[in-house]
Amino acid sequence: MTAVETSRRAAGARDRAHQKAGKRKRLRRYGLNAAAIAVFLFAVFPVYWMVTTAFKSSEQIFTTDFIPFPTDPTFEHVERVFTQGVAGHSIWRFLLNSAIVAIGTVLVGAVFALLGATAVARFRFRGRTSFLILLLIVQMVPAEALLIPLFLMVRRAGLYDQLLGLIVVNVALTLPFAIWMLRTFVAAVPKSLEEAAWIDGASRFTTFWRVLFPLVAPGLVATSIFSFITAWNEFVFALILINDQGSYTMPVALRFFVSQRSVDWGAIMAASTLMTIPVVIFFLLVQRRMVSGLVAGAVKG
Amino acid sequence: MADTSTIARGGDSSPAPARGRRGSAPPRKPSGLPAWVVPYALLLPGLVVIGGLLLYPLYQMVVMSFQNVGLRQIRGVPAESVGLENYEKLLESELFWTSLRNTVVFAVVTVAFTMILGTLVGILLHNLGKKMSTFLVVGIMAAWATPAIASAIIWRWMFDAESGIINWALNALPDWFSELLFGRSDWAGEPWLNEPFTIYLVLILVVTWAGFPFIAVSVLAGLKSISAELYEAARVDGASAWRTFWKITFPLLKPVFSVLIVLSTIWNFKVFTQLFVLAGGTSNREAFNLSLYSFTQAFSAPPKMGMGAAIAVVLTLILLVITAVYVRQIVKTEDVR
Repeated sequence: MTAVETSRRAAGARDRAHQKAGKRKRLRRYGLNAAAIAVFLFAVFPVYWMVTTAFKSSEQIFTTDFIPFPTDPTFEHVERVFTQGVAGHSIWRFLLNSAIVAIGTVLVGAVFALLGATAVARFRFRGRTSFLILLLIVQMVPAEALLIPLFLMVRRAGLYDQLLGLIVVNVALTLPFAIWMLRTFVAAVPKSLEEAAWIDGASRFTTFWRVLFPLVAPGLVATSIFSFITAWNEFVFALILINDQGSYTMPVALRFFVSQRSVDWGAIMAASTLMTIPVVIFFLLVQRRMVSGLVAGAVKG
Repeated sequence: MADTSTIARGGDSSPAPARGRRGSAPPRKPSGLPAWVVPYALLLPGLVVIGGLLLYPLYQMVVMSFQNVGLRQIRGVPAESVGLENYEKLLESELFWTSLRNTVVFAVVTVAFTMILGTLVGILLHNLGKKMSTFLVVGIMAAWATPAIASAIIWRWMFDAESGIINWALNALPDWFSELLFGRSDWAGEPWLNEPFTIYLVLILVVTWAGFPFIAVSVLAGLKSISAELYEAARVDGASAWRTFWKITFPLLKPVFSVLIVLSTIWNFKVFTQLFVLAGGTSNREAFNLSLYSFTQAFSAPPKMGMGAAIAVVLTLILLVITAVYVRQIVKTEDVR
């Protein structure tokens, strides 16, 4: 009897302890989820505010009240940035200029980065370590420090006011990181594959093109998207290397817009939204690889 | 995804021992180039770009900092050397010291904020359920991905004196609370972007907002590499969260933290775009940091590019010292040999 009693009591106590632990666990989970939602709101709210302002009517923008979302959404501002535009040019023009610069940077940069990364990842040669350290140091040089000499060089080369000049500068700004990031992708391809191709009688070029390239392609895409984003967002050089308003890229056009029509927040937010959307999409595609590229090694321990 | 397929394909076609062999010369087919030339040939385009467009301008910047480079020199008249004059003027100018102070104070405060917030969010992400953690990662990505120029403009709009949501929110606080916190309750029409001090408050907020996601995701990656057993053991021993962090997480993630601190210090030292937008261009001299000061000297009329270069040299020297720490850390953990 007593034995049964004791064991029953023990079971009850265990149950209660379980319940208590379960309760604490649940409380902890609620707390964590609440914190997560708070951080989420802090991170997302400004972006949300940009997009909703772009679709609010002017009365709802210029008010001292809080209007959480456009109750009467309007495309008025979006339409205006396309038709009236900035400085007499439709926003299309600037989106196009930015796209030309970013895609040009990616096309040239991808080729150079692939060659450089292959050299660093596949060969052992004198000066390799120095080159890798050089890559790291060069990334840290502030672009602002290069501004003055590059401005003079671009002028002397006759590329002032031309998108080509911006492409050249952006290739230089993105290449060190692109090589640094891409080399880990090249190193991940087993060397034996190439050796097999050599033994089968393939030339060095065929091996590169038919064996290495397809396997590195995903990494090349990730690296290219990173370069695209950098070039798409680049502001300082576009500000000083472009004078003609028709050749403005999006960031410069946006800043010009803000300085000219500082109170037309609806149109400014519409233009900002148009600039931000492509970047956010690309970003979600590559963020994981970017982190591993930037803190390479340190994270692996 | 792609990585797994790579490994699978590699495994199919190659005998196991061939892998893991590093540095030994594979049998090579003769081609036009001798083998030792190949890596240098591959590197050539990259070297030309880095040398011609990054290193040479860097050298040029140093040379120009000892010269007088004005409008005439931009048009092609050879610049004459002025020795240390630019630097002497710089050290005497009050603006240089305010800019230096602004740069350093801003960097220190912002690095502290981004590191603390980022680390907390990283730990939070590690402890969340799978769905919630994905949800939060996507959310902080939005802040991270927003272009610098756009984020500065958005926050400028949120801090707008008349219709900005920040002033609305501050007004919506209960009066006693607002009095207690800020010593005032009426925020209508408060201009945030006129005075250097408030400009920098907003700037700190903008840069922290944009910067913490990267720290959080990196810390999360680091945390995932720590074995769960360690935490389990700490929990069994009844260690508090605070103690667990300082005794387990921090020592193991030290290399990650040092890289992250150095990277964000470097980024925050040279912040330009956001300040340029928030301060409304180059007119508010009291709000300059070194980047903006150098830019203004070089590119507003009359251009004093030698002077601008001298400021840029000072900024670069500071950054190089920090970079040296970073490179040492990376070389220690990553095989660059």
